[in-house]
Amino acid sequence: MKVLVALSGGVDSSVAAAELIDGGHDVVGITMRLWGGESDTGCCSVADVDDARRVAQQLDIDHLVFNFSDDFNRHVVDPYVQAHSRGLTPNPCIECNRHLKFDRLSERADLLGFDAIATGHHARIETVDHRYFVHRGADSAKDQSYVVHMLPQRELRRTLFPVGHMTKAEVRDHAAALGLRTAEKPDSQDVCFITHTGGRETFLGARIPFRPAKVVDADGSVLGDVAAIEMVTLGQRRGIGLPGGGPKRYVTGIDHDSLTVVVGDENDLYTDALSVGEIVWADQPYVGEVMVQCSAHGAATPALLQDDVVHWRIPQRRVAPGQSVVFFDPTDRYVLGGAIAR
Amino acid sequence: MGGRSLRAVHDGFTYLDHAATTPMRAEAVEAMLPFLTEQFANPSGSHRFARQVRKSIDEARDDVADVLGCRPGEVIFTSGGTEADNTAIFGTLDRHGGLALCSAVEHHAVLHAVEARHGRVIGVDHAGRIDLEQLATALEGVAVVSVMSVNNEVGTITDLAEVVAVVRRSAPEAVVHTDAVQAACWLDLRTITPHADLMALSAHKFGGPKGVGVLVSRGRAAIAPMLIGGGQERERRSGTHNVAGIIALAVALRATDNERADENVRVAALRDALVDGLRAELDDIHETVDRAFKIAGSAHICIDGIENEALLYLLDEAGVCASAASSCASGAMEPSHVLAAMGVPNERARGALRLTLGRTTTSADVARATTAIVDSVRRLRAGRAA
Repeated sequence: MKVLVALSGGVDSSVAAAELIDGGHDVVGITMRLWGGESDTGCCSVADVDDARRVAQQLDIDHLVFNFSDDFNRHVVDPYVQAHSRGLTPNPCIECNRHLKFDRLSERADLLGFDAIATGHHARIETVDHRYFVHRGADSAKDQSYVVHMLPQRELRRTLFPVGHMTKAEVRDHAAALGLRTAEKPDSQDVCFITHTGGRETFLGARIPFRPAKVVDADGSVLGDVAAIEMVTLGQRRGIGLPGGGPKRYVTGIDHDSLTVVVGDENDLYTDALSVGEIVWADQPYVGEVMVQCSAHGAATPALLQDDVVHWRIPQRRVAPGQSVVFFDPTDRYVLGGAIAR
Repeated sequence: MGGRSLRAVHDGFTYLDHAATTPMRAEAVEAMLPFLTEQFANPSGSHRFARQVRKSIDEARDDVADVLGCRPGEVIFTSGGTEADNTAIFGTLDRHGGLALCSAVEHHAVLHAVEARHGRVIGVDHAGRIDLEQLATALEGVAVVSVMSVNNEVGTITDLAEVVAVVRRSAPEAVVHTDAVQAACWLDLRTITPHADLMALSAHKFGGPKGVGVLVSRGRAAIAPMLIGGGQERERRSGTHNVAGIIALAVALRATDNERADENVRVAALRDALVDGLRAELDDIHETVDRAFKIAGSAHICIDGIENEALLYLLDEAGVCASAASSCASGAMEPSHVLAAMGVPNERARGALRLTLGRTTTSADVARATTAIVDSVRRLRAGRAA
């Protein structure tokens, strides 16, 4: 097959390319330029493009750079910023996968005559009853099925995750054996357009007005205040302007209209049900028993999914609105679909 | 050597990116070889080996001055076009103070230098020519005006005499710099030099090697050096001479000058055949600048309904080397500042394609490129519609 592999400049996609070549595919590497602004991490710094190009050279495949920065701003950065001003906590890496890697890039690949696109995600695509589903990666500690949960059949059919069957250690060993310069490169952890030095606060502060809010308890008694309600997330414990020493207090409610942050104890965070929207399915819509994962590295917990409500088997902490909620099959092996917490 | 081996390597490929760089002339390669072997001495030395090399550099300088129509003492050898442009801007400001000004379509070597010193940027018309009225009103406090002789993206020729007249009227003290990097193959440089105080050239654009260029400094120009040290180039540019590069530059420039008139006729016919061929086969193609305002080697078109990133991939696959706008440090294509300044809408600029012809371009290249572009555009448009 003719395969376009997305090379981020990291070790996983490097080895993904090598695996494809080993598999006899006709491989071309591509690095997406996504973020044009300041960056010190993530997928689009010039140093990472250098790494990607050098890996491609070492593997003797062509390497291209596509500039998708307009699309990235439109589909990832702008919505990320707007979501914060509406009190949501979005996951930009998932939106990047949804709109850039598995839409813009796969469409481009199709146009250029590629049969498939590949990435270095730790996940597997396998069939169940002749339909394709994202399965968890072999390395449970590195499993990334959560962040690629949004793939529909059309994309699943033409997507390859060549390192999904490997552990991270095996990936690094393989890269080292091939002499790839990315073998020892640390994993990227953070949002690529937010710098370590400035952080989320500096990034958002330059783009949306911050509004101060009062911090109250469940009875409405004012306990303090915060400078920016846009920076407050459900379940947050630190940085909400309360003196230390007292009982542990968590953010249990955020009201952007009245500019109020409600705090309570941990029990107040627990709930029987989670309401979701913007549901996407890998195949057919599903109702019934599921395992539900609400963060990239969180454990899945059992629930009954009925339309747009997740009924927890055991009460769970509330999920910040805007977060991705991913539904796995009852055996917790593969993705049925996903949604956004309301 | 040279010509034949080039053909052998590139058989089956069509190179239409001569504005990015053009193959070295065989005579230039040959001329530089002795200076990479037996003629190894440092020309600044005081022994016989040094004197021999010094003589060759001085002869090269005489040759360059002759082709440019200036005095040898006005020729400063640099590491290339970017250093020459940077030195023209920074060197003038450092010497005299004041502001820098340039057109909005300058090469980044000028534009970014002017912006770095918080200078003024003047708009252009739909063909990429500087707005003379705006220029006339923006000259107060300006020490250096930089307007390119030929635009590297769209090929527009500047009437430098016209620009200089405006500058002299409103700012008689200001010096005029011109980036003539894209002019060398197509315009008689003797017609440009008299108008400019400073002029930049780059050897690899006219069949010389990469890493060597010229800054002409004459008339009102007086520049502070950017590189200080051994005091070479009359203390205007320190650093041991790139001897082989300088020798090859002079040989390539002379040969280019000798062939220029014939090449202009030959290449203009090829360019016309290319663009007319594409227009005959494909709808919704727009020539960015009227050919009457352009150099012969430049074809710049905007193709509706396609993205040039995708088109360049298919052309590359078909063995046709072309380009769009300039690339950023990552190698990603950047939206063209030139097209934006000319008022080309974003949507149209996404389909921009720059095809630049040169000395090695043949009618077979034109035929192959035409077929490849037509096929690729049809395929991309069909994919879009699907």
